[in-house]
Amino acid sequence: MIEQILYAIPFLLEGFYITLLVSTLTVVISLAAGLLLGIGLVYGPAPARLFVRIFSDTIRGIPILVLIFFVYYGLPAAGLDLSSFWAAVAALTLFKTAQVIEYVRGAIGSIPKGQGEAGMAIGLTFPQRLRYVIFPQAVRRFLPPWINGVTDAVKGSALVSLLGVTDLMHAINQVIGRTYEAMPLYVLGAVIYFAVNFALSALSRHLESRFAFIRD
Amino acid sequence: MGYELNFNLIWRNFDKLFQGLILSLELAVVAIGIGILIGLVLAVWYVSAGRVVRAIIAAYVEFIRNVPLLLLVYLVFYGVPQVVDLRYGATTSFVATLAIYSGAYLVEVFRAGLEAVPRGQIDAGRAIGLTPWQRLIHVRLPAMARITLPALSNTFISLFKDTSIASVIAVPELTYAAQWINFNTFRIVEVYLVVTAMYLVTGYALLFLLRLAERRFRVDR
Repeated sequence: MIEQILYAIPFLLEGFYITLLVSTLTVVISLAAGLLLGIGLVYGPAPARLFVRIFSDTIRGIPILVLIFFVYYGLPAAGLDLSSFWAAVAALTLFKTAQVIEYVRGAIGSIPKGQGEAGMAIGLTFPQRLRYVIFPQAVRRFLPPWINGVTDAVKGSALVSLLGVTDLMHAINQVIGRTYEAMPLYVLGAVIYFAVNFALSALSRHLESRFAFIRD
Repeated sequence: MGYELNFNLIWRNFDKLFQGLILSLELAVVAIGIGILIGLVLAVWYVSAGRVVRAIIAAYVEFIRNVPLLLLVYLVFYGVPQVVDLRYGATTSFVATLAIYSGAYLVEVFRAGLEAVPRGQIDAGRAIGLTPWQRLIHVRLPAMARITLPALSNTFISLFKDTSIASVIAVPELTYAAQWINFNTFRIVEVYLVVTAMYLVTGYALLFLLRLAERRFRVDR
């Protein structure tokens, strides 16, 4: 068994790199898009709010796997030819963006109304109120669930293996295809995923307890 | 833009999709049923157990929650039969995986729910002479059930969506039916449009019904 694991490790490392790459791209792009759309959902004009609401509710209502297939097979028909790697990243990013939107809405919504009104009373403009009053508090409410959601991105990235992207999951299956020893490799893979995600959720819990002093 | 949508072949095979949808729902229902059992037993055990049992339950919860469901599905279907002398089909394998998976999430839900039962209610139970077992059955669990109902419906909806992963081991649920039609008719865009709509409509219909049920059992404050 040790021998098989040693044989597998170089392949798994390559796959692990792709897993990290897919996860990082997903997390970074969705953070930018989600913040923008999330703020649009809270402060935007009615049509923008409606658009973001429909976007978020639709995307979150579809299984990620179906979303991945939809993007991968659907976009070429719409004239956009993406490689399987970028199609997978695009689909995962869409899904994650919808989640980030909800974290943003939740975080901003948890700041008592009086805070914004107090800012208004001392003559702060709208951008100033966001910058000095709302965001510094909201970011503390946003971070723990968001970091926790990063583990979802790492876990969800395993689905890209179904498009033939050689991530950790796919590398594991390829090695099993050669050695026919499924159990040790799946357990090894589970341990690797677990290590990454457990570290992330521990970080999330730590931040949560650090920011727990904020009360309404 | 040379692609023209043509749904005829989809409607002709619609019974496959419909049966797939029914199977998806069945998978989710059976999985959450077993998952609730696992979750309840472990949660009740956890809150009254010593350190070792707590550590073991926590290890199960943390392990399952931090590993991709896809990997667990493969592990149970391809890995476990290599080590243990057990024979089971893809559907059984997937239901077992999803049950173990949902169980890990539900332990946390129920544990939080048990801790949220007001202290006074348990003390009142003690005051009228209920045994610890009676307090559990007649006081703590009913109160917990009402508190955890919203989280339970969310878990169910999310499991319903997760059933799409069963397609990777050829369980003929909705996503697998989509792939079947896709391979046989090449109407890829149409089939995924229809299937997406089916997931959305079913998911939101379930959500609506579960919210109605929740309102009926809501704890009045």
